[in-house]
Amino acid sequence: MMNFIGALPGAVSQGLIWGIMAIGVYITYKILDIADLTVDGSFCTGGATFVVLFGSGVNLWLALLAALVIGMATGLVTGLLHTVCGIPAILAGILTQLGLWSINLAIMGMKANVAINVIDQTNLDRLLVSLRFVQEVAKGTRPIYRHPILVVGLFTAAIIAALYWFFGTELGAALRATGANPNMARAQGINTDTGKVLGLMISNGLVALSGALLAQYQSFADSSMGKGAIVIGLAAVIIGEVLFSRIFRNFALKLLAVSIGAIIYYIVIQAVVSLSGIDTNYLKLISALIVAVFLTVPYWKGRYFAKPVKKGGAANA
Amino acid sequence: MLEIKEIWKTFNAGTVNEKQALRGVTLTLNEGDFCTVIGGNGAGKSTMLNAVAGTWAVDAGTISIGGTDVTRLPEHRRAAFIGRVFQDPMMGTAPTMQIVENLALAARRGQRRGLQWGLTKTEKDRYQALLSGLGLGLEDRLTSKVGLLSGGQRQALTLLMASLKKPKLLLLDEHTAALDPKTAAKVLELSDKIVAENRLTTMMVTHNMKDAIQHGNRLIMMYDGKIVIDVSGEEKKKLTVPQLLELFSKVSGSDEADDKLLLS
Repeated sequence: MMNFIGALPGAVSQGLIWGIMAIGVYITYKILDIADLTVDGSFCTGGATFVVLFGSGVNLWLALLAALVIGMATGLVTGLLHTVCGIPAILAGILTQLGLWSINLAIMGMKANVAINVIDQTNLDRLLVSLRFVQEVAKGTRPIYRHPILVVGLFTAAIIAALYWFFGTELGAALRATGANPNMARAQGINTDTGKVLGLMISNGLVALSGALLAQYQSFADSSMGKGAIVIGLAAVIIGEVLFSRIFRNFALKLLAVSIGAIIYYIVIQAVVSLSGIDTNYLKLISALIVAVFLTVPYWKGRYFAKPVKKGGAANA
Repeated sequence: MLEIKEIWKTFNAGTVNEKQALRGVTLTLNEGDFCTVIGGNGAGKSTMLNAVAGTWAVDAGTISIGGTDVTRLPEHRRAAFIGRVFQDPMMGTAPTMQIVENLALAARRGQRRGLQWGLTKTEKDRYQALLSGLGLGLEDRLTSKVGLLSGGQRQALTLLMASLKKPKLLLLDEHTAALDPKTAAKVLELSDKIVAENRLTTMMVTHNMKDAIQHGNRLIMMYDGKIVIDVSGEEKKKLTVPQLLELFSKVSGSDEADDKLLLS
Protein backbone atom coordinates (compact mmCIF):
# COMPACT_ATOMS: atom_id res chain seq x y z
CA MET A 1 0.00 0.00 0.00
CA MET A 2 2.78 2.44 0.96
CA ASN A 3 4.40 1.43 -2.27
CA PHE A 4 1.31 2.51 -4.20
CA ILE A 5 1.00 5.86 -2.44
CA GLY A 6 4.68 6.54 -3.01
CA ALA A 7 4.23 5.83 -6.71
CA LEU A 8 1.19 8.11 -7.06
CA PRO A 9 2.96 11.37 -8.01
CA GLY A 10 4.83 9.48 -10.73
CA ALA A 11 1.64 7.86 -11.99
CA VAL A 12 -0.14 11.21 -12.12
CA SER A 13 2.78 12.80 -13.99
CA GLN A 14 2.82 9.99 -16.53
CA GLY A 15 -0.95 10.14 -16.85
CA LEU A 16 -0.77 13.86 -17.59
CA ILE A 17 1.85 13.30 -20.28
CA TRP A 18 -0.20 10.53 -21.91
CA GLY A 19 -3.20 12.79 -21.49
CA ILE A 20 -1.75 15.12 -24.12
CA MET A 21 -1.58 12.16 -26.50
CA ALA A 22 -5.14 11.24 -25.56
CA ILE A 23 -6.29 14.77 -26.44
CA GLY A 24 -4.76 14.15 -29.86
CA VAL A 25 -6.68 10.89 -30.11
CA TYR A 26 -9.85 12.73 -29.05
CA ILE A 27 -9.50 15.06 -32.06
CA THR A 28 -9.48 12.21 -34.56
CA TYR A 29 -11.70 9.70 -32.78
CA LYS A 30 -14.38 12.03 -31.43
CA ILE A 31 -14.28 15.13 -33.62
CA LEU A 32 -13.30 13.69 -37.02
CA ASP A 33 -14.83 10.27 -36.40
CA ILE A 34 -11.68 8.50 -37.59
CA ALA A 35 -9.85 5.78 -35.65
CA ASP A 36 -6.31 6.88 -36.46
CA LEU A 37 -3.69 4.20 -35.81
CA THR A 38 -0.80 6.44 -36.86
CA VAL A 39 -0.37 7.38 -33.20
CA ASP A 40 1.37 4.12 -32.29
CA GLY A 41 4.16 5.21 -34.61
CA SER A 42 4.09 8.99 -34.28
CA PHE A 43 4.31 8.84 -30.49
CA CYS A 44 7.74 7.25 -30.79
CA THR A 45 8.69 9.57 -33.66
CA GLY A 46 8.18 12.50 -31.29
CA GLY A 47 10.19 10.86 -28.54
CA ALA A 48 13.03 9.80 -30.81
CA THR A 49 13.25 13.21 -32.51
CA PHE A 50 13.38 14.98 -29.19
CA VAL A 51 16.01 12.76 -27.59
CA VAL A 52 18.31 12.81 -30.61
CA LEU A 53 18.08 16.59 -31.04
CA PHE A 54 18.35 17.34 -27.34
CA GLY A 55 21.28 14.95 -27.04
CA SER A 56 23.13 16.80 -29.77
CA GLY A 57 22.78 20.05 -27.84
CA VAL A 58 19.76 21.60 -29.50
CA ASN A 59 17.69 23.94 -27.34
CA LEU A 60 14.94 22.09 -25.45
CA TRP A 61 12.10 24.19 -26.82
CA LEU A 62 13.38 23.85 -30.36
CA ALA A 63 13.62 20.09 -29.91
CA LEU A 64 10.02 19.99 -28.62
CA LEU A 65 8.89 22.12 -31.55
CA ALA A 66 10.69 19.78 -33.96
CA ALA A 67 8.90 16.79 -32.41
CA LEU A 68 5.57 18.59 -32.86
CA VAL A 69 6.30 19.46 -36.49
CA ILE A 70 7.50 15.95 -37.41
CA GLY A 71 4.43 14.52 -35.71
CA MET A 72 2.26 16.76 -37.88
CA ALA A 73 4.12 15.48 -40.93
CA THR A 74 3.20 11.88 -40.00
CA GLY A 75 -0.44 12.98 -39.76
CA LEU A 76 -0.08 14.62 -43.15
CA VAL A 77 1.11 11.33 -44.65
CA THR A 78 -1.85 9.39 -43.24
CA GLY A 79 -4.20 12.17 -44.33
CA LEU A 80 -2.91 12.14 -47.89
CA LEU A 81 -2.99 8.35 -48.07
CA HIS A 82 -6.61 8.54 -46.99
CA THR A 83 -7.87 11.47 -49.05
CA VAL A 84 -5.68 11.55 -52.16
CA CYS A 85 -5.06 7.81 -52.51
CA GLY A 86 -8.51 6.78 -51.28
CA ILE A 87 -7.23 4.27 -48.72
CA PRO A 88 -9.65 3.65 -45.82
CA ALA A 89 -8.60 5.72 -42.80
CA ILE A 90 -7.81 2.78 -40.53
CA LEU A 91 -5.62 1.13 -43.15
CA ALA A 92 -3.91 4.43 -44.01
CA GLY A 93 -3.01 4.81 -40.33
CA ILE A 94 -1.68 1.26 -40.13
CA LEU A 95 0.48 1.83 -43.22
CA THR A 96 1.99 5.01 -41.83
CA GLN A 97 2.50 3.35 -38.47
CA LEU A 98 4.34 0.45 -40.08
CA GLY A 99 6.52 2.74 -42.15
CA LEU A 100 7.31 4.84 -39.09
CA TRP A 101 8.77 1.82 -37.34
CA SER A 102 11.73 1.98 -39.75
CA ILE A 103 11.85 5.76 -39.73
CA ASN A 104 11.91 5.86 -35.93
CA LEU A 105 14.83 3.44 -35.88
CA ALA A 106 16.59 5.56 -38.51
CA ILE A 107 16.09 8.70 -36.40
CA MET A 108 17.71 6.87 -33.48
CA GLY A 109 20.66 5.85 -35.64
CA MET A 110 19.36 2.29 -36.20
CA LYS A 111 19.31 1.56 -32.49
CA ALA A 112 16.28 0.31 -30.57
CA ASN A 113 16.68 3.06 -28.00
CA VAL A 114 18.57 6.24 -27.23
CA ALA A 115 19.02 7.82 -23.83
CA ILE A 116 19.51 11.29 -22.43
CA ASN A 117 22.47 11.36 -20.09
CA VAL A 118 20.83 12.51 -16.87
CA ILE A 119 23.81 11.55 -14.69
CA ASP A 120 25.35 14.70 -16.11
CA GLN A 121 23.91 17.37 -13.80
CA THR A 122 23.96 20.21 -16.39
CA ASN A 123 22.06 18.00 -18.82
CA LEU A 124 19.51 17.16 -16.15
CA ASP A 125 19.05 20.83 -15.29
CA ARG A 126 18.31 21.63 -18.92
CA LEU A 127 15.29 19.30 -18.89
CA LEU A 128 11.76 20.55 -18.43
CA VAL A 129 10.36 17.37 -16.90
CA SER A 130 12.06 14.31 -15.50
CA LEU A 131 11.19 11.34 -13.35
CA ARG A 132 14.05 12.45 -11.12
CA PHE A 133 12.39 15.79 -10.44
CA VAL A 134 9.51 13.94 -8.75
CA GLN A 135 11.94 12.46 -6.22
CA GLU A 136 14.04 15.62 -5.93
CA VAL A 137 11.03 17.80 -5.18
CA ALA A 138 9.96 15.28 -2.54
CA LYS A 139 13.43 15.46 -1.00
CA GLY A 140 13.44 19.24 -1.24
CA THR A 141 16.50 19.50 -3.46
CA ARG A 142 14.50 21.04 -6.31
CA PRO A 143 11.89 23.82 -6.07
CA ILE A 144 8.26 22.72 -6.05
CA TYR A 145 7.44 24.55 -9.29
CA ARG A 146 9.69 22.15 -11.17
CA HIS A 147 7.44 19.23 -10.22
CA PRO A 148 6.35 17.39 -13.42
CA ILE A 149 2.70 17.44 -12.33
CA LEU A 150 2.81 21.22 -12.28
CA VAL A 151 4.86 21.64 -15.46
CA VAL A 152 2.89 19.14 -17.57
CA GLY A 153 -0.33 20.45 -16.02
CA LEU A 154 0.52 23.93 -17.33
CA PHE A 155 1.41 22.41 -20.70
CA THR A 156 -1.95 20.65 -20.82
CA ALA A 157 -3.79 23.82 -19.86
CA ALA A 158 -2.05 25.76 -22.63
CA ILE A 159 -2.90 23.05 -25.19
CA ILE A 160 -6.54 22.91 -24.10
CA ALA A 161 -6.75 26.71 -24.33
CA ALA A 162 -5.24 26.70 -27.82
CA LEU A 163 -7.58 23.94 -29.03
CA TYR A 164 -10.58 25.65 -27.45
CA TRP A 165 -9.73 28.77 -29.38
CA PHE A 166 -9.04 26.90 -32.63
CA PHE A 167 -12.23 24.86 -32.66
CA GLY A 168 -14.19 28.06 -32.08
CA THR A 169 -12.82 29.66 -35.26
CA GLU A 170 -14.37 29.35 -38.70
CA LEU A 171 -11.74 26.83 -39.70
CA GLY A 172 -12.18 24.83 -36.50
CA ALA A 173 -15.96 24.83 -36.88
CA ALA A 174 -15.53 23.57 -40.46
CA LEU A 175 -13.41 20.73 -39.09
CA ARG A 176 -16.07 19.81 -36.55
CA ALA A 177 -18.71 19.84 -39.28
CA THR A 178 -16.49 17.57 -41.40
CA GLY A 179 -16.56 14.97 -38.64
CA ALA A 180 -20.21 15.47 -37.69
CA ASN A 181 -21.66 15.21 -41.21
CA PRO A 182 -19.37 15.27 -44.25
CA ASN A 183 -22.34 15.57 -46.64
CA MET A 184 -23.57 18.67 -44.92
CA ALA A 185 -20.04 20.05 -44.72
CA ARG A 186 -19.53 19.75 -48.48
CA ALA A 187 -22.94 21.26 -49.15
CA GLN A 188 -21.81 24.23 -47.07
CA GLY A 189 -18.68 24.60 -49.17
CA ILE A 190 -16.25 22.89 -46.80
CA ASN A 191 -13.45 20.86 -48.32
CA THR A 192 -13.79 17.74 -46.18
CA ASP A 193 -10.52 16.27 -47.46
CA THR A 194 -8.56 19.27 -46.27
CA GLY A 195 -10.43 19.12 -42.99
CA LYS A 196 -9.48 15.51 -42.40
CA VAL A 197 -5.82 16.08 -43.28
CA LEU A 198 -5.64 19.13 -41.02
CA GLY A 199 -7.28 17.25 -38.15
CA LEU A 200 -4.89 14.32 -38.52
CA MET A 201 -1.94 16.73 -38.54
CA ILE A 202 -3.01 18.51 -35.37
CA SER A 203 -3.74 15.20 -33.68
CA ASN A 204 -0.41 13.58 -34.52
CA GLY A 205 1.46 16.78 -33.69
CA LEU A 206 0.07 16.55 -30.16
CA VAL A 207 0.79 12.83 -30.00
CA ALA A 208 4.42 13.40 -30.98
CA LEU A 209 4.71 16.25 -28.48
CA SER A 210 3.42 13.90 -25.82
CA GLY A 211 5.99 11.30 -26.93
CA ALA A 212 8.72 13.92 -26.64
CA LEU A 213 7.61 14.78 -23.10
CA LEU A 214 7.50 11.12 -22.11
CA ALA A 215 10.96 10.44 -23.54
CA GLN A 216 12.20 13.44 -21.61
CA TYR A 217 10.44 12.30 -18.45
CA GLN A 218 11.88 8.79 -18.55
CA SER A 219 15.13 10.09 -20.10
CA PHE A 220 15.09 7.74 -23.08
CA ALA A 221 13.23 6.98 -26.29
CA ASP A 222 12.51 3.42 -27.28
CA SER A 223 11.32 2.06 -30.61
CA SER A 224 8.41 0.31 -28.93
CA MET A 225 7.38 3.18 -26.64
CA GLY A 226 4.30 3.92 -28.74
CA LYS A 227 3.05 0.36 -28.90
CA GLY A 228 -0.59 0.33 -27.85
CA ALA A 229 -0.67 4.13 -27.57
CA ILE A 230 -3.96 4.25 -29.45
CA VAL A 231 -5.49 1.94 -26.86
CA ILE A 232 -4.29 4.10 -23.99
CA GLY A 233 -5.61 7.15 -25.81
CA LEU A 234 -9.00 5.55 -26.35
CA ALA A 235 -9.05 4.40 -22.73
CA ALA A 236 -8.49 7.96 -21.58
CA VAL A 237 -11.12 9.36 -23.95
CA ILE A 238 -13.69 6.77 -22.88
CA ILE A 239 -12.96 6.90 -19.15
CA GLY A 240 -13.21 10.69 -19.30
CA GLU A 241 -16.48 10.47 -21.18
CA VAL A 242 -18.07 7.82 -18.98
CA LEU A 243 -17.18 9.70 -15.79
CA PHE A 244 -17.70 13.31 -16.80
CA SER A 245 -20.06 13.50 -19.79
CA ARG A 246 -22.96 14.49 -17.54
CA ILE A 247 -21.21 17.40 -15.90
CA PHE A 248 -18.69 18.57 -18.51
CA ARG A 249 -20.56 20.04 -21.48
CA ASN A 250 -18.15 22.76 -22.51
CA PHE A 251 -15.54 21.77 -25.10
CA ALA A 252 -12.57 22.81 -22.95
CA LEU A 253 -13.95 20.77 -20.05
CA LYS A 254 -14.39 17.77 -22.33
CA LEU A 255 -10.70 17.97 -23.23
CA LEU A 256 -9.91 18.29 -19.53
CA ALA A 257 -11.97 15.13 -18.95
CA VAL A 258 -9.74 13.30 -21.45
CA SER A 259 -6.65 14.40 -19.55
CA ILE A 260 -8.18 13.31 -16.24
CA GLY A 261 -9.18 10.04 -17.92
CA ALA A 262 -5.53 9.40 -18.72
CA ILE A 263 -4.50 10.13 -15.14
CA ILE A 264 -7.13 7.76 -13.79
CA TYR A 265 -5.96 5.11 -16.23
CA TYR A 266 -2.39 5.41 -14.95
CA ILE A 267 -3.47 5.35 -11.32
CA VAL A 268 -5.46 2.17 -11.98
CA ILE A 269 -2.50 0.57 -13.76
CA GLN A 270 -0.19 1.64 -10.93
CA ALA A 271 -2.62 0.21 -8.38
CA VAL A 272 -2.75 -3.10 -10.22
CA VAL A 273 1.03 -3.26 -10.46
CA SER A 274 1.89 -2.29 -6.90
CA LEU A 275 -0.98 -4.00 -5.11
CA SER A 276 -0.96 -7.32 -6.95
CA GLY A 277 2.70 -7.54 -7.87
CA ILE A 278 1.78 -8.78 -11.32
CA ASP A 279 4.47 -9.17 -13.97
CA THR A 280 4.55 -5.81 -15.81
CA ASN A 281 4.60 -7.72 -19.10
CA TYR A 282 0.88 -8.30 -18.52
CA LEU A 283 0.21 -4.56 -18.61
CA LYS A 284 -0.75 -4.52 -22.30
CA LEU A 285 -3.27 -7.29 -21.68
CA ILE A 286 -4.72 -5.35 -18.76
CA SER A 287 -4.89 -2.19 -20.90
CA ALA A 288 -6.76 -4.03 -23.63
CA LEU A 289 -9.19 -5.48 -21.06
CA ILE A 290 -9.81 -2.08 -19.45
CA VAL A 291 -10.64 -0.52 -22.81
CA ALA A 292 -12.82 -3.46 -23.83
CA VAL A 293 -14.79 -3.18 -20.59
CA PHE A 294 -15.22 0.58 -20.86
CA LEU A 295 -16.41 0.24 -24.45
CA THR A 296 -18.80 -2.59 -23.59
CA VAL A 297 -20.50 -1.05 -20.57
CA PRO A 298 -22.23 1.86 -22.36
CA TYR A 299 -23.32 -0.44 -25.19
CA TRP A 300 -24.81 -3.07 -22.90
CA LYS A 301 -26.36 -0.42 -20.73
CA GLY A 302 -28.28 0.91 -23.71
CA ARG A 303 -29.14 -2.51 -25.03
CA TYR A 304 -30.00 -4.68 -22.07
CA PHE A 305 -30.60 -2.31 -19.22
CA ALA A 306 -32.75 0.35 -20.86
CA LYS A 307 -34.89 2.19 -18.38
CA PRO A 308 -38.42 0.75 -18.28
CA VAL A 309 -41.10 2.91 -19.86
CA LYS A 310 -42.82 5.06 -17.31
CA LYS A 311 -46.55 4.62 -17.60
CA GLY A 312 -48.97 7.31 -16.54
CA GLY A 313 -47.80 10.62 -15.11
CA ALA A 314 -47.47 13.80 -17.07
CA ALA A 315 -47.55 13.45 -20.83
CA ASN A 316 -45.14 15.23 -23.14
CA ALA A 317 -41.99 14.44 -21.19
CA MET B 1 -29.29 31.09 -64.32
CA LEU B 2 -28.79 27.35 -64.73
CA GLU B 3 -27.71 25.88 -68.02
CA ILE B 4 -27.47 22.11 -68.38
CA LYS B 5 -26.28 20.94 -71.79
CA GLU B 6 -26.46 17.33 -72.93
CA ILE B 7 -25.32 15.71 -69.70
CA TRP B 8 -24.81 11.95 -69.55
CA LYS B 9 -24.13 9.73 -66.58
CA THR B 10 -23.77 5.97 -66.40
CA PHE B 11 -23.37 4.19 -63.07
CA ASN B 12 -21.44 0.92 -62.73
CA ALA B 13 -20.40 1.04 -66.35
CA GLY B 14 -19.27 -2.31 -67.71
CA THR B 15 -20.93 -4.38 -64.99
CA VAL B 16 -24.24 -6.22 -64.83
CA ASN B 17 -25.54 -3.34 -62.73
CA GLU B 18 -24.85 -0.79 -65.44
CA LYS B 19 -27.44 1.96 -65.34
CA GLN B 20 -27.68 4.86 -67.73
CA ALA B 21 -29.12 7.34 -65.29
CA LEU B 22 -28.91 10.48 -67.41
CA ARG B 23 -29.13 10.28 -71.17
CA GLY B 24 -28.50 13.67 -72.66
CA VAL B 25 -30.38 16.00 -70.35
CA THR B 26 -30.61 19.61 -71.48
CA LEU B 27 -32.34 22.25 -69.41
CA THR B 28 -32.14 26.01 -68.98
CA LEU B 29 -33.64 27.78 -65.99
CA ASN B 30 -34.11 31.54 -66.07
CA GLU B 31 -33.45 33.71 -63.08
CA GLY B 32 -36.32 33.38 -60.61
CA ASP B 33 -37.69 30.20 -62.15
CA PHE B 34 -39.22 27.75 -59.67
CA CYS B 35 -39.17 24.46 -61.49
CA THR B 36 -40.73 21.29 -60.11
CA VAL B 37 -39.38 17.94 -61.26
CA ILE B 38 -41.45 14.76 -61.33
CA GLY B 39 -40.98 11.26 -62.68
CA GLY B 40 -41.08 7.62 -61.63
CA ASN B 41 -38.47 5.85 -59.56
CA GLY B 42 -35.17 5.69 -61.40
CA ALA B 43 -36.20 8.32 -63.94
CA GLY B 44 -33.13 10.42 -63.10
CA LYS B 45 -34.63 13.24 -61.03
CA SER B 46 -32.29 13.05 -58.07
CA THR B 47 -29.42 12.10 -60.37
CA MET B 48 -29.90 15.35 -62.27
CA LEU B 49 -29.88 17.35 -59.04
CA ASN B 50 -26.76 15.55 -57.84
CA ALA B 51 -25.09 16.22 -61.17
CA VAL B 52 -25.76 19.92 -60.72
CA ALA B 53 -24.61 19.85 -57.09
CA GLY B 54 -21.43 18.02 -58.07
CA THR B 55 -21.81 14.90 -55.95
CA TRP B 56 -19.83 13.21 -58.74
CA ALA B 57 -18.61 14.30 -62.18
CA VAL B 58 -20.83 13.80 -65.23
CA ASP B 59 -19.54 11.61 -68.09
CA ALA B 60 -20.32 14.18 -70.77
CA GLY B 61 -21.99 17.53 -71.17
CA THR B 62 -21.62 20.86 -69.38
CA ILE B 63 -23.30 22.59 -66.46
CA SER B 64 -23.07 26.30 -65.79
CA ILE B 65 -24.60 28.37 -63.03
CA GLY B 66 -25.03 32.11 -63.47
CA GLY B 67 -22.66 32.05 -66.44
CA THR B 68 -19.89 30.16 -64.62
CA ASP B 69 -18.98 26.75 -66.01
CA VAL B 70 -19.00 24.46 -62.96
CA THR B 71 -18.71 21.12 -64.78
CA ARG B 72 -15.20 20.51 -63.45
CA LEU B 73 -15.64 22.06 -60.00
CA PRO B 74 -15.77 19.73 -56.99
CA GLU B 75 -18.87 19.68 -54.81
CA HIS B 76 -17.55 21.99 -52.09
CA ARG B 77 -16.57 24.65 -54.63
CA ARG B 78 -19.97 24.56 -56.34
CA ALA B 79 -21.55 25.06 -52.95
CA ALA B 80 -20.72 28.74 -53.33
CA PHE B 81 -23.58 28.93 -55.84
CA ILE B 82 -25.97 26.33 -54.51
CA GLY B 83 -28.24 25.90 -51.50
CA ARG B 84 -29.47 22.35 -50.92
CA VAL B 85 -32.07 20.50 -48.90
CA PHE B 86 -31.92 16.70 -49.00
CA GLN B 87 -34.55 14.01 -48.82
CA ASP B 88 -33.06 12.57 -45.63
CA PRO B 89 -33.51 15.09 -42.80
CA MET B 90 -30.27 13.74 -41.27
CA MET B 91 -28.23 14.84 -44.27
CA GLY B 92 -28.51 18.60 -44.21
CA THR B 93 -27.33 19.41 -40.71
CA ALA B 94 -24.51 18.55 -38.31
CA PRO B 95 -26.32 16.71 -35.48
CA THR B 96 -23.65 17.14 -32.80
CA MET B 97 -23.41 20.88 -33.33
CA GLN B 98 -25.68 23.61 -31.98
CA ILE B 99 -28.49 25.19 -34.01
CA VAL B 100 -26.63 28.51 -34.17
CA GLU B 101 -23.37 26.77 -35.07
CA ASN B 102 -25.09 25.08 -38.01
CA LEU B 103 -26.45 28.43 -39.16
CA ALA B 104 -23.03 30.05 -38.77
CA LEU B 105 -21.50 27.34 -40.96
CA ALA B 106 -24.15 27.96 -43.61
CA ALA B 107 -23.69 31.73 -43.44
CA ARG B 108 -20.08 31.23 -44.57
CA ARG B 109 -20.92 29.03 -47.54
CA GLY B 110 -18.56 29.82 -50.38
CA GLN B 111 -16.26 31.93 -48.25
CA ARG B 112 -12.71 31.26 -47.17
CA ARG B 113 -12.75 29.98 -43.62
CA GLY B 114 -9.95 31.41 -41.53
CA LEU B 115 -9.10 31.96 -37.90
CA GLN B 116 -11.77 34.54 -37.14
CA TRP B 117 -14.42 33.47 -34.63
CA GLY B 118 -16.81 31.00 -36.17
CA LEU B 119 -19.83 32.58 -34.52
CA THR B 120 -20.17 36.20 -33.42
CA LYS B 121 -22.59 37.85 -31.04
CA THR B 122 -24.28 39.94 -33.75
CA GLU B 123 -24.79 36.82 -35.83
CA LYS B 124 -26.54 35.10 -32.93
CA ASP B 125 -29.08 37.91 -32.69
CA ARG B 126 -29.72 37.76 -36.41
CA TYR B 127 -30.24 33.99 -36.32
CA GLN B 128 -32.59 34.29 -33.39
CA ALA B 129 -34.76 36.68 -35.37
CA LEU B 130 -34.70 34.44 -38.44
CA LEU B 131 -35.53 31.34 -36.41
CA SER B 132 -38.52 32.99 -34.78
CA GLY B 133 -39.75 33.62 -38.32
CA LEU B 134 -40.04 29.84 -38.76
CA GLY B 135 -42.61 29.67 -35.97
CA LEU B 136 -41.23 26.42 -34.57
CA GLY B 137 -39.98 27.72 -31.25
CA LEU B 138 -36.37 27.15 -32.30
CA GLU B 139 -35.46 30.71 -31.36
CA ASP B 140 -35.48 29.64 -27.70
CA ARG B 141 -33.20 26.68 -28.36
CA LEU B 142 -30.27 28.41 -30.04
CA THR B 143 -27.63 26.29 -28.34
CA SER B 144 -29.51 22.97 -28.55
CA LYS B 145 -27.82 20.23 -30.54
CA VAL B 146 -29.52 19.76 -33.91
CA GLY B 147 -29.61 16.01 -33.26
CA LEU B 148 -32.40 16.67 -30.76
CA LEU B 149 -34.72 18.20 -33.37
CA SER B 150 -37.51 16.40 -35.21
CA GLY B 151 -37.30 15.66 -38.94
CA GLY B 152 -39.58 18.56 -39.81
CA GLN B 153 -37.67 20.99 -37.63
CA ARG B 154 -34.43 19.88 -39.26
CA GLN B 155 -35.77 20.35 -42.76
CA ALA B 156 -37.02 23.81 -41.83
CA LEU B 157 -33.60 24.63 -40.38
CA THR B 158 -31.86 23.24 -43.47
CA LEU B 159 -34.08 25.43 -45.67
CA LEU B 160 -33.13 28.46 -43.62
CA MET B 161 -29.47 27.46 -43.88
CA ALA B 162 -29.72 27.03 -47.64
CA SER B 163 -31.06 30.55 -48.06
CA LEU B 164 -28.98 32.28 -45.38
CA LYS B 165 -26.36 33.19 -47.93
CA LYS B 166 -28.49 33.84 -50.98
CA PRO B 167 -27.68 31.04 -53.44
CA LYS B 168 -27.84 31.43 -57.21
CA LEU B 169 -29.69 28.12 -57.24
CA LEU B 170 -31.74 26.24 -54.64
CA LEU B 171 -32.01 22.46 -54.97
CA LEU B 172 -34.79 20.71 -53.07
CA ASP B 173 -34.50 16.95 -53.44
CA GLU B 174 -37.79 15.43 -52.29
CA HIS B 175 -37.22 17.34 -49.10
CA THR B 176 -40.68 16.59 -47.70
CA ALA B 177 -40.82 12.89 -48.62
CA ALA B 178 -39.64 11.67 -45.21
CA LEU B 179 -42.11 13.81 -43.26
CA ASP B 180 -45.67 13.17 -42.13
CA PRO B 181 -48.32 14.87 -44.33
CA LYS B 182 -48.99 17.74 -41.95
CA THR B 183 -45.31 18.54 -41.42
CA ALA B 184 -44.64 18.09 -45.13
CA ALA B 185 -47.30 20.70 -45.94
CA LYS B 186 -45.77 23.09 -43.45
CA VAL B 187 -42.25 22.65 -44.81
CA LEU B 188 -43.55 23.11 -48.37
CA GLU B 189 -45.29 26.29 -47.36
CA LEU B 190 -42.08 27.49 -45.78
CA SER B 191 -40.16 26.60 -48.95
CA ASP B 192 -42.57 28.72 -51.01
CA LYS B 193 -42.13 31.60 -48.62
CA ILE B 194 -38.33 31.45 -48.63
CA VAL B 195 -38.17 31.11 -52.41
CA ALA B 196 -40.55 34.04 -52.91
CA GLU B 197 -38.89 36.31 -50.35
CA ASN B 198 -35.41 35.78 -51.76
CA ARG B 199 -36.58 35.34 -55.36
CA LEU B 200 -34.49 32.20 -55.64
CA THR B 201 -34.04 30.15 -58.79
CA THR B 202 -35.24 26.76 -57.58
CA MET B 203 -35.49 23.15 -58.64
CA MET B 204 -37.72 20.95 -56.53
CA VAL B 205 -37.98 17.20 -57.01
CA THR B 206 -41.21 15.70 -55.73
CA HIS B 207 -43.18 12.47 -55.97
CA ASN B 208 -46.41 14.30 -55.42
CA MET B 209 -48.05 15.41 -58.68
CA LYS B 210 -50.39 17.81 -56.95
CA ASP B 211 -47.49 19.55 -55.25
CA ALA B 212 -45.64 19.67 -58.55
CA ILE B 213 -48.58 21.44 -60.19
CA GLN B 214 -49.38 23.76 -57.31
CA HIS B 215 -45.87 25.04 -56.74
CA GLY B 216 -43.56 26.94 -59.02
CA ASN B 217 -43.93 28.42 -62.49
CA ARG B 218 -42.53 25.51 -64.45
CA LEU B 219 -42.83 21.73 -64.40
CA ILE B 220 -40.64 19.11 -65.99
CA MET B 221 -41.16 15.38 -66.06
CA MET B 222 -38.33 12.92 -66.44
CA TYR B 223 -38.48 9.45 -67.86
CA ASP B 224 -35.63 7.02 -68.42
CA GLY B 225 -32.90 9.59 -67.96
CA LYS B 226 -34.45 12.27 -70.15
CA ILE B 227 -36.72 15.26 -69.78
CA VAL B 228 -39.95 14.25 -71.54
CA ILE B 229 -42.35 17.01 -70.52
CA ASP B 230 -41.61 20.67 -69.96
CA VAL B 231 -44.53 23.03 -69.28
CA SER B 232 -44.53 26.55 -67.90
CA GLY B 233 -46.55 29.72 -67.52
CA GLU B 234 -50.28 29.68 -68.19
CA GLU B 235 -50.15 26.15 -69.54
CA LYS B 236 -48.76 24.87 -66.23
CA LYS B 237 -51.29 26.82 -64.17
CA LYS B 238 -54.16 25.09 -65.96
CA LEU B 239 -52.62 21.63 -65.65
CA THR B 240 -54.51 18.92 -63.71
CA VAL B 241 -53.28 15.59 -62.36
CA PRO B 242 -55.28 13.48 -64.90
CA GLN B 243 -53.98 15.63 -67.76
CA LEU B 244 -50.47 15.17 -66.51
CA LEU B 245 -50.90 11.41 -66.32
CA GLU B 246 -52.26 11.35 -69.84
CA LEU B 247 -49.40 13.47 -71.11
CA PHE B 248 -47.04 11.09 -69.45
CA SER B 249 -48.49 7.92 -70.90
CA LYS B 250 -48.30 9.53 -74.35
CA VAL B 251 -44.57 10.19 -74.12
CA SER B 252 -43.59 7.07 -72.24
CA GLY B 253 -45.46 4.68 -74.50
CA SER B 254 -46.42 1.16 -73.57
CA ASP B 255 -45.70 0.80 -69.85
CA GLU B 256 -48.17 3.44 -68.81
CA ALA B 257 -50.06 1.33 -66.30
CA ASP B 258 -46.98 0.63 -64.20
CA ASP B 259 -45.91 4.21 -64.19
CA LYS B 260 -49.34 5.48 -63.31
CA LEU B 261 -49.06 3.43 -60.17
CA LEU B 262 -45.67 4.85 -59.41
CA LEU B 263 -46.71 8.41 -59.93
CA SER B 264 -50.14 8.65 -58.36
